[in-house]
This record gives sequence, C-alpha cells and structure tokens, in this order.
Amino acid sequence: MFRLIKDTLLSQAVTLWGVFRKLFVKADTVQYPDEQPYMFPRWRGRIILSRDPDGEERCVACNLCAVACPVDCIALQKAETEDGRWYPEFFRINFSRCIMCGFCEEACPTNAIQLTPDFEMAEYVRQDMVWEKEDLLIDGVGKYHDYNFYRVAGKQVAGKDKGEALNEAEPVDVRSLLP
Amino acid sequence: MFTFAVGSALSIASILLAVIVLAALLIWVERRMLSFWQERLGPNRVGWFGIMQVVADMIKIFTKEDWVPPFADRLTFVLAPAIIMIVVLMSFAVIPFTPEVGVIDSNVGVLFVLAMASLGAYSVMLGGLSSNNKYALLGSLRAAAQMVSYEVFMGISLLGVVVLAGSFNLREIVETQADGWYIVPQFIGFLIFLIAGVAESHRLPFDIPEAEQEICAGYHTEYSGMKFGMFFVGEYLGLVLISSLITVLFFGGWLGPAFLPPIVWFSLKAGFFIMFFILMRAALPRPRYDQLMSYGWLFLLPLSLLNLLVTGAVVLVSTTATM
Amino acid sequence: MTEKAKVEITIDGVTYEVNAGSNLLQECLTLGMDLPYFCWHPCMGSVGACRQCAVKQYRDAEDSAGLMTMACMTPVQPGARISIEDAEAKAFRAGVIESLMISHPHDCPVCEEGGECHLQDMTLMSGHNYRRYDKKKVTHRNQYLGPFINHEMNRCITCYRCVRFYNEYAGGEDLSAQASHHFTYFGRHRDGTLESEFSGNLVEVCPTGVFTDKVFSENYTRKWDLQTAPSICTGCGVGCNITPGERYGELRRVVNRYHSELNGYFICDRGRFGTGYVNDAARLATPLDGAGNELDAEAAGRQLREIAGNAIGIGSPRAGNEANFALRKLVGEENFHAGYSDAEHACMQLAAELAGDPRFYNPSIREIEQADAVLVLGEDVTNTAPRIALALRQSVHNKALELADGANIPRWQDAAVRELAQQERSPLCIFACGATRLDDVASDRVIDTPSGLVRNAIELAGRLDASAPRTAKSHEALERVAGQLLAARRPLIVAGTSSGNIDLIKAAANIAGALQKRRAVHENHGGTAAPVDLCLLTAEVNSMGLHLHLMTRQENSLGEALRKLSSGETANVIVLENDLYRRAPHAQVDAALDAARKTAVLDLLPNRTTAKADLVLPVTAFSEQQTSYVNYEGRAQLAYQVHRNHGAACPAWQWTGDFEHFRQALLDCAGSVAAFAKLGEVLPDTSNLPSGIKVPRQSERYSGRTAMKANLNVHEPKQAQDPESALAFSMEGIPPRRDATILASSWAPQWNSNQSISKFQDEINGPLRQGHGGTLLLEKKSEGGEFKPVPANGDGGGLELLPAFQIFGSEELSSRSEAIRARMTDAYLAVSPADAERHGLQQGRGVRLSGGGIEAIALTCIRTQMSPGAAALHVGDAEIDYHGLGSQVELAPADAPEGRGLGELIVSDLVRMREER
Ligand code: SF4
Ligand code: SF4
Ligand code: SF4
Ligand code: SF4
Ligand code: FES
Repeated sequence: MFRLIKDTLLSQAVTLWGVFRKLFVKADTVQYPDEQPYMFPRWRGRIILSRDPDGEERCVACNLCAVACPVDCIALQKAETEDGRWYPEFFRINFSRCIMCGFCEEACPTNAIQLTPDFEMAEYVRQDMVWEKEDLLIDGVGKYHDYNFYRVAGKQVAGKDKGEALNEAEPVDVRSLLP
Repeated sequence: MFTFAVGSALSIASILLAVIVLAALLIWVERRMLSFWQERLGPNRVGWFGIMQVVADMIKIFTKEDWVPPFADRLTFVLAPAIIMIVVLMSFAVIPFTPEVGVIDSNVGVLFVLAMASLGAYSVMLGGLSSNNKYALLGSLRAAAQMVSYEVFMGISLLGVVVLAGSFNLREIVETQADGWYIVPQFIGFLIFLIAGVAESHRLPFDIPEAEQEICAGYHTEYSGMKFGMFFVGEYLGLVLISSLITVLFFGGWLGPAFLPPIVWFSLKAGFFIMFFILMRAALPRPRYDQLMSYGWLFLLPLSLLNLLVTGAVVLVSTTATM
Repeated sequence: MTEKAKVEITIDGVTYEVNAGSNLLQECLTLGMDLPYFCWHPCMGSVGACRQCAVKQYRDAEDSAGLMTMACMTPVQPGARISIEDAEAKAFRAGVIESLMISHPHDCPVCEEGGECHLQDMTLMSGHNYRRYDKKKVTHRNQYLGPFINHEMNRCITCYRCVRFYNEYAGGEDLSAQASHHFTYFGRHRDGTLESEFSGNLVEVCPTGVFTDKVFSENYTRKWDLQTAPSICTGCGVGCNITPGERYGELRRVVNRYHSELNGYFICDRGRFGTGYVNDAARLATPLDGAGNELDAEAAGRQLREIAGNAIGIGSPRAGNEANFALRKLVGEENFHAGYSDAEHACMQLAAELAGDPRFYNPSIREIEQADAVLVLGEDVTNTAPRIALALRQSVHNKALELADGANIPRWQDAAVRELAQQERSPLCIFACGATRLDDVASDRVIDTPSGLVRNAIELAGRLDASAPRTAKSHEALERVAGQLLAARRPLIVAGTSSGNIDLIKAAANIAGALQKRRAVHENHGGTAAPVDLCLLTAEVNSMGLHLHLMTRQENSLGEALRKLSSGETANVIVLENDLYRRAPHAQVDAALDAARKTAVLDLLPNRTTAKADLVLPVTAFSEQQTSYVNYEGRAQLAYQVHRNHGAACPAWQWTGDFEHFRQALLDCAGSVAAFAKLGEVLPDTSNLPSGIKVPRQSERYSGRTAMKANLNVHEPKQAQDPESALAFSMEGIPPRRDATILASSWAPQWNSNQSISKFQDEINGPLRQGHGGTLLLEKKSEGGEFKPVPANGDGGGLELLPAFQIFGSEELSSRSEAIRARMTDAYLAVSPADAERHGLQQGRGVRLSGGGIEAIALTCIRTQMSPGAAALHVGDAEIDYHGLGSQVELAPADAPEGRGLGELIVSDLVRMREER
C-alpha cells in the first residue's frame, strides 16, 4: 500500500515540484537571431574541407568519410596531380541528407573534413543544399593547425622526396654492398 | 443598468464569449508556461509577451484549406469536431460562477455535466472512425475505452460530495460549503476526480488517444484547418470546465473572504487548477495504455466505491445521531 | 579428383578431420579459421618466408609447453595437436606483424590497396596497432614499370610472393629481389615496362600496395564502392572468369574471379587491362541512319525488322549466344552466316567435330596443368590464349612434383620442390615458325614454315602409329618427342584455329589419335583407352558459340554470304558486332556491301563496317549486358550485367524485338538449337532466394548513394530495377556469401582482400561452395573418327604468309583500350635474317608486301629464329587487308610508316635496334 502511494502519488508529486521550480530558473535559450548563442568550437554544424599549413588541399580523396557516413551523403572521386598527390576531382556533400553526426570528421585520416559551429544552412530550394568542393573548401586549417598528412606519409610528392617524411631514413641504394 | 442575472441573455452571451476567449488564450498561456518549465522562452514575438500569438494562430487556422480526405466519411467527419465544442460549452450552462453569474440554476447540474461528458466521447470516437485511417481508428478506440472507463470513477467520486451536500444542484453544493470546503472530507474523492478529469479531457499525461509518438495524432490525424481548431479549442474548454468543476465541487466555488468579489475568487481558484494541469503536462510522462486501464479499474474503482461507502456511512451515522 | 585421405588433428582442443598430406595453414583456412599469413599462396604453396602463420604445436595431450611452428610449413600429421589461440602464439604473431610494419609508410589513405589490403586485414587480425619502434623507417625509390603497374616499394613486407609468381610461376625474367636483409628490393634491374603478359596479377598476388593497378588508379574507386557482377573475359576463347567493377557509370577495373577449373587465381593482362573501350567517348550511343542522322529507338527497330525481310545475317564470334540467336531467328536459320573468316570457319568445323570425337578429351585449364608431356602445334598460345600459356608453363612443373613425390617431399613445399628438381622439367615441345614466349620451358622446338610444320606433324603422327599417314619430312627432335608423348601419363596436344591453318589441326588430331591408339593397345583395356587430351583453342570469346549456331548449316560461311550479296541473290544484310574487313578480303566485302540494298550493323564502336551501314544500331558492351559465351572447351558460361546501358545501346536480342526478357532469349535458344540443349543450366540456382529477393551488386559498404547524383537532382531517383537477372542494382538483398550461386566480389568479415576467397571454398583450390555456374555443351559421339588425310604441300619456294598475334593488339576491342594501345606495336612483318637480307629489308624500316593483287606497308621485324620462308604479319589496328594478300607474298623495302614502332614487342629473338628497352 505504501509502495503504491509512493509510486502513484509521491513520485509524481516530487516530479511536479521539480518541474515547477524551473519557473524560477533562467531560460537556456536565447533570443535568436537578435541574440546569437555561444557556439562551442566542437559544435557539429556545416562541414568544410580545410587546407594544410602549407596551403595545399588536405583531402586526399581516400573515401573514408564517404564510407563512414551513415546516410551516404558524401560522394567524391580521386584524382592525382603530376607529382603524385591525391586530391578529390569532385567532392560533394548533400546537406539535405546530412545528419551532422560528425562520423566523417572522425574517419578522416588527414583532418581535412571538419564540422564547424555554423548551423545557419537553411535554403528555400532543396537543390541548393548540395555543396560541391568549391563551396566546401576553405582557405585555412580549421580546427587542426599543424597537421600535414604528406609530411607523415611515405608517398613522394612535390617538395618532399623519398626519405624526407617524418621518421624516414634516406632511400636505400640497392646496388650498394654496404650492410 | 444591465444586470448579470442568472439566465439573462447578456449573461449567457458574456459567459460564452469569456469562456471561448479564455480557452483560446489558454493556448498561448500553456505554451508560455510549458516553455518556462522547460527552461525555454516560448512564443514571445507577436504582441505583448507574445499574447497576440493566439490571434496569429487563429488567422492561420481560419485561412487554412478546409480539407476533407477523400476516403473519409464526410458527414461524420465534419460533425465530430462540432460535437465536442457544443457539448463542453453546454456543460458551462450549469456552472455557477458567482451567485449572480450563471446560465441556469439546474437541480440536476451534476448529472447534466456527467451526461455532457459522456457525449463528448462521441466526438472523439466519430472523428477517429470517420477518418478511415488506421492511426485515427486506433486513437478513437483508445479514446472510447478511456473515456467510458473514467466516466465511471468520475461519477462515483462526485457522489461523495452530493451525499454531503444533499443536492445535485451545483449552486447549492457551493452554498453548503460556506462553513468548510469539501476538499477536506472528500480528499480522496478530489484526487479521483482530478485524475478522472484529466483522463476525460485526454490531456497529458493521459493523452493516450493522441499519443504522437505512438499513433501520429490519433483520432485527429486527418484533421486540419478550423476542424482541427475545434478539437483543439474543445480540449482547452474541457480544461477550463474541469478546473471550474473542481472549484465548484471541492473548493467552495466563489466563496472567499469579502475583500475580493466572488468572480475573482472563482477565477483565482479555477486559474490555479488550470495552471496545475499545465504543470502536469510539463512534468509527467504518459503511462502505457494498459497501465492506464488497469489503474482505473483495479485501483480507482474500488477506491472511489470505498470513498462513497465511508462518506455514506459517516453521513448516515451523523444524521441519525442528530435526529 | 579422387577421394582424399583424411586424418584427425586437434586445434584448440577441438578435433577435426582434415586432408592428409596437406599443411596446417591450408587446413586451418579450409576449416574457416582466421589464421593470418602472407607468403603462402593457395596456388603457389609455402616457403615460410613471413613467419606470420605461427601456431603452437604440442607433442601430446600432456605437453603444455608446446613448440612454436609455422603452420604453412608443417605437414598435417595424424593426431597432431595445435593451438592458434595460445597466448604465446598470439604474442608471437603480434610481434611478427609489428616488425613487418616497422618501416611501413603512413600511406593507407593514398594507397590503392587500401580497403582490400591483405596487410591491413592481417595487421588487424594479429592485433598490432601502434608503432613503438622509434628509429627511422627504411625507404626505397620507386620504378616506372610500364603503363599497367604502379610501384610503391616502401609498402613491401618482403613476403616474396611477387617474385615467386612473376619468375617461378609466370616465367617472367625482369623482376627480381635485390639488395639484402632489411633493404630487400623488389623491382626490375632498371625502370621499364614489366614484360610478362601476366604482370597484372602482381596487383592481386602482392598482399600490400607495392604493385597496384595503374589504369585503375587513374580512375580510382575503393573496392567497397564498385558495383560488380560475375562476368566472363571477352579477350580470347578461354573464357576466364572475371569481376568487372563499375562506378559513376564507368567501367573502372577488372579483377580475377576464381574458377577452380578455369583461370583459378590468375588472368592475363589483356583481360585485366583491355576493357577501357567500354568507356570510350566514341561508343555508339544512338541508332543512326546511313547519313548519320539519329533515329529514335522505335523507328530503328522497325527499320531493322523491315531490312530483315530479305536479308542475310552475319553472326559474330565476339557477341554472346543470345545476340547471335536473336539474329538467326530474325533472318531465319538458312540466312544466318558465320562471322569469322572462311579459313577459320573450316577450322572451327573440324575443331567441333574433333570435340565430339570420343578418342579425344578437351581439357580445362586445371587439367592442362596436369599434363606431363605437351606438344604445341603452330599455335602462339601466349598471344592467342594467354591463360593457357600460363597453364602450359605449370605443366612442365609436373616433373618436379613427381620427383618430390618420390623423395617424400610434400608438393606444397614449393622451395624444396624447386630445389630438388633444379632444371628438370616435363617435356614441352613447340612447333612454331619462330621463337615463342614459352621457349624458356620448352624441351624441344621444331621451327619451320607453316607447311613445313604440317609435314613434320604428319611425320610425328606416323612415327607414333604406323597406320597414320607419313611424309618424308623429318626433324631430328621427332623421335624424341614421340617417345616422350608415348611415355607420358597424361600427354596433351595443343593446336588452335587462330591462324586458320586447318592442316595443322588435322595433323594434331592425327597425332592425338595415334597416341590414343598406341595407348589403347598398350594398356590393353579391350582395345579402348582413356581419351587423349587434345586442346583446340578457339580465337574469340564466343567462336565456339557462333559455330554451334551454324552446326546445321555448315555451308553458311562468310564468303558464301558475301557472294550472295554481290550476286544480288539476297538484297539486304544485317551484321552483328563484326568488322567484316577483319574477316575477308576487302574487295569482297566492298563488293558485297556496295551491292546490298540495305546494310544494318549492330555494334558498339564505329568501324569500317559501320561506316558503310544504312542503319547502325548501338549494342551494349560485355559489362553492360547479360549473356552467355561458349569457350574453347564448349563450356557455356553466363556473364552478368554489371552496370546500366550506354546511351540507347541495348543487347542485340532486344533490338530484334522477338524477346521481352533475357531468359526468354536464352531458353528459346536452348529449346530451338540442338547444340544448345543444355544452355538453360547456366542460369543460376536461385532456389535459396526467397521470392523477389535478389543478390546485391553493391557491397554493404557502398557509399555515396544519396550524393552520387545529387548534382543532377537532389531528389534521388528510384534504384534501377533489373528484371533480367537474379542480381539487383542495389546494396540490398542476400549477399552472395550466404546462399546464392552467384559470387562476384568476395568478402568475408575480417577478410577484405581477394584472399577472402578461401572462405567460399570447401577446400583450398577446390570449387566454390556454391558452385561455379556454366555447363559443358558438347556431347561426345559414340564412334571415334579416323585419321585425316593431310595434303603435304611442298615448299612453294616463295614466302609463306601467316598471321602473327600479339596479346596487346590482336583482339579487336581490347586494342581500342587506351592502356592496351600503350603496349601495342605497329603492323609489322616478321621475317628471318636470311629472308630480310634477300629482300633488302632493314630492322625497323618499312616493307611493302604484295600478293593477291594488293599491296600493304608494314614495319620490318627481323627475328633471328624465324623460319626462312615464313613471314608473319601482325596487323594490329592498321587497316591491312590480310585476307586479300593470299598465302604467298612478295616483299620489297619501303619507308617506315610513322607510328609506335616495335618498342613494345617482347620476343626473345628480336634483333634489337636499341641496346635496351
Ligand atoms: S556529418 Fe555524418 S551525415 Fe553528415 S556528412 Fe558527415 S558522416 Fe555524413
Ligand atoms: S576522409 Fe578526409 S581525406 Fe579522406 S576523402 Fe574524406 S575528407 Fe578527404
Ligand atoms: S599496403 Fe595496405 S597497409 Fe600499406 S599503405 Fe597500402 S593499404 Fe595501407
Ligand atoms: S612487393 Fe609485395 S609481393 Fe613482393 S615481397 Fe613485397 S609485399 Fe611481397
Ligand atoms: S604464411 Fe607461413 S610463413 Fe608466411
């Protein structure tokens, strides 16, 4: 009997009281758009493609973001420059499908794709929600300031010969007899 | 001078107007109150504190396309929302707001209110049935079962008051409370009536017939425009009605210290319960349908019967003693 | 295959029955366990180089310490107790992978292997994820390896699979392991094109991203993003199973698709790199009339049916059975003619007759590999049926296996077996007009002119059996070869139809017949012996299929068709997927097409024949349609549609309008052409698919569905439907690894690379669990044939002309692919130094050929081992009228035509112009 009263009345009363007290708490929301809310840097909003500290495109078109995306809204095509650098020939995000989950950013091995605090992406025409690389690519490094994939990777690109990447020794001379 | 004498045309008109305007206003009040309780701001853009939101909503709802789904049963579909409005408004006829303000002074006021409440079930049932849509049908099935069940306890819980007052006349019930509100002797009855009242007006947490998360919008899934508006306003009218009834039956109606006029006392008391209902909506989660039904039949029914029995016995003993 | 002996072993406390004589790794994989490995290859055996497959082996139930051992090097012993899960074994494997990865570059995102990388899989499986070693990584410079293969040497883990495949398995000479210890380098002695015709297999053999597909890389897509379906290679008549992959409407790459009887794990470079034409911008996309105006599909179909009223139909050896059948039905059986040259027609008739002869057996590739004495008669197998050449190369290894059996060395102990055998090989004798790419493993070579080869072959048959016809010709090797063939357990005679030399096929039949007769007497099985392997290679993917359509109308040759047209006997002609100028003298074709009132051509690329057409209907390429092909053995196989059609192109059976569905066309063909009675069996068994559910063409990880076409329209179109097959253009359905009998791209949990194939085999190297599809159509007659009289033409004195084939350039469609064109030569005429001198020809300069009243210019190609008196003409994509030249030609020096030169020609006896390529 006591349990019944506790369950049916007391717990409800406690809840009611708890909620009632919220009347005297300051609202969490603000008067958007007159007042802009504070957006945390790690907010998962509009997606951008960043550049490395040397100003080169960071994305190497590895397709990992595309495959990680739960709604499959990223499509891209790998291309290669003369010197061996991979880059996306096109890179398309269909934002009308994107759920801002951030998996793409998690998957990206080069820190190229990043979610930003910008959330004001509404469009009157749905087609305008499809963004191409030209729309996505920014001129800065975004949240990650120092990383440059090609300085770490073994692949040779312009300005970085074999053996010049992080932790690499000079290329082997296969004809040498030295140990 | 006009008089607000009971039953005068002016009184009827002003009550009707006041009640409807109040119900409409409640839509805004509820949205703002909910948002405060949920640490939000709520509609605050249109007019002062957003009070004109109601007007904006009205304009929208009136200018919306008046659409009847081709697969619906036209006549019943149109009729259903009207029923709930009419039925609830009719109930107000017997409510004594003050000694002077009221429509009729009926000797069977309590029974009339109960009768009207039962008729209200038809609106919801027919609305769902005529929509010819599975969610609507599910909603109306739930509504029918829920309303028919809770009517029973509602009626029985009232009888305690009736026994104490010795009258079905709501005015007399108020008057007999001059030396003590019935909330004290009839606390159990009050609780049951409160719960049953929420269930009758199918408001949260007992909005099982509409439960959005389960069955779209239940019986009014197919409704839009003003027909939906009528269901909507009907619900708020029901809210006002239940609050008024609680005030009348358990809290001494207009009675109160003389520094405030009776109508203010009445409004304050009713307003308190309206707020309480809104708080309930903000705070309490919806039970499962089967929980609601078994709670009613297995707990509320015996409890209300017990309440009636004890009340009857006490009254019997005390009257025999004084005789 | 005979029933294998079984023994019981215990793995992690559970007892299993496994094949005796095998090794632990192979049996663990057979049992479906996840035991990491690198250097072991199902087809190349074990060498124990990588140490990744370590397991614990215990002496008996009491032994708890155990001994670390390499599973791939440990024979299965009855009662053996091993543990894969043992903590020490796991730690050992984790240690091995950690050291293999010490110098591995941080490359996965920019590595073409990523996503189907055996190294990635094994690293994960062995439990390594963080580089603790803080010293520098060893790095290497890459090499240019030609247009097919990319080199990224840093990624190597020194498993030695590449050189074992390239050198030991495929006989390549220009790839080697260099330097030493942790500097080991796998590459050529200097930059340059990898010469082997099978270099593309390095992509699949190398477990890492050292060797990757360069052509694919230019249009790269991860494995999980490719839409695939089981298909058949259309490069030659072997019918290798392949898996083409498509993305964004383009055919992106081709990889091997495992077939236990045919190609196994390997295909040739023509098949792998020769499909670029499918994406060619020049592809015919809309129906055209004679003036080049576009027609709508309905009008075009109507016109085709009008033309068919009084028309000859010319079939195609490169079109599928259903297309040929549809044309045959449209014009009527009596008006359906062959689509190959008359010489080839005759050869095909003979080949089919021999295929029905109970004295002979037409071996599959797996069976070819089992031959222990081989005679190749005049067929340049490496260039006409490359995958068979690879199989012949394996056959010479049988001697080594025999020796190993004798020395009690398990056959899978690859290094030991090779060490034991040294240069000992099973005999392989080649009859050819010059050097061939199999010479390095040949025990004997008979080099002569075409007619000389025939006479030698006749003589060989005569020496095998006295009742066979003989001639006076005698090469010193004949006696030896006869002895070897007679001594062999499973001798094999190989010939083919490509060069159109019917006498050689007759001679081949006589040799095989004589052999069979001798063996019959020898073995004394009541006069009958097991049939002798006689492998007759057909030229194109469906040469045999086309022939089966003509079985009842042997006289309907191409020449006859052209005659009927020129004489006005028949008014119209419908040509199916065929450039007639490749098949008959140009003058005849011109006369016929000019005389024809209406010419309709169904083809996929513009060519000389479509240029003459009054109605051109675009048809689908091999990867855009579902169809069946019949290979050299008479094996019908179904190739599925991989991607959607190109423009308005549709399969020929749709153009004719007689069929609504593919199934209908196929079953009608099976029902109305006697030779195709069993064709229905190629359709997949879908009994395990609940009604309506299909097998997806896309992987579970197929990405970008909601964005791929969003640039065109953000409202996604409905998935394309495929009412024609059991496959769906979608990710949804029942993946092939469960029930269906269709497997395009193999994948298993933790196994993203092609090594996952072991998860689909009941036994390593055995058939797929769900079967292979395909059925042998040819029936054996009850009576064996007689010896064929072969006309022994003497030396005419003049130069005998024969066709020279190139793996890159001889096949019509593949030679229109960019990658293949990079490896093609110009048209050339190969002659002996003596003949060159006689006619004043110089290497690399021009030569004017005249014969049959016409002239042509080609490059001079002097080959030291060419038989004097023989001139081999390679036409390539030059418009030379080979058939018009006749069999005897006159030569004169001329100016060299501008072009690619001979740089890409890889033969051992070429007189080099430059020192080194
Ligand atoms: S945020 Fe999530 S849904 Fe959006 S693109 Fe990235 S992975 Fe896809
Ligand atoms: S994961 Fe990063 S590097 Fe890879 S394709 Fe996506 S954005 Fe480019
Ligand atoms: S070889 Fe494999 S592990 Fe190495 S970089 Fe390429 S994908 Fe990564
Ligand atoms: S290149 Fe590839 S196949 Fe060759 S040893 Fe290195 S990892 Fe093995
Ligand atoms: S697979 Fe056994 S040692 Fe390499």
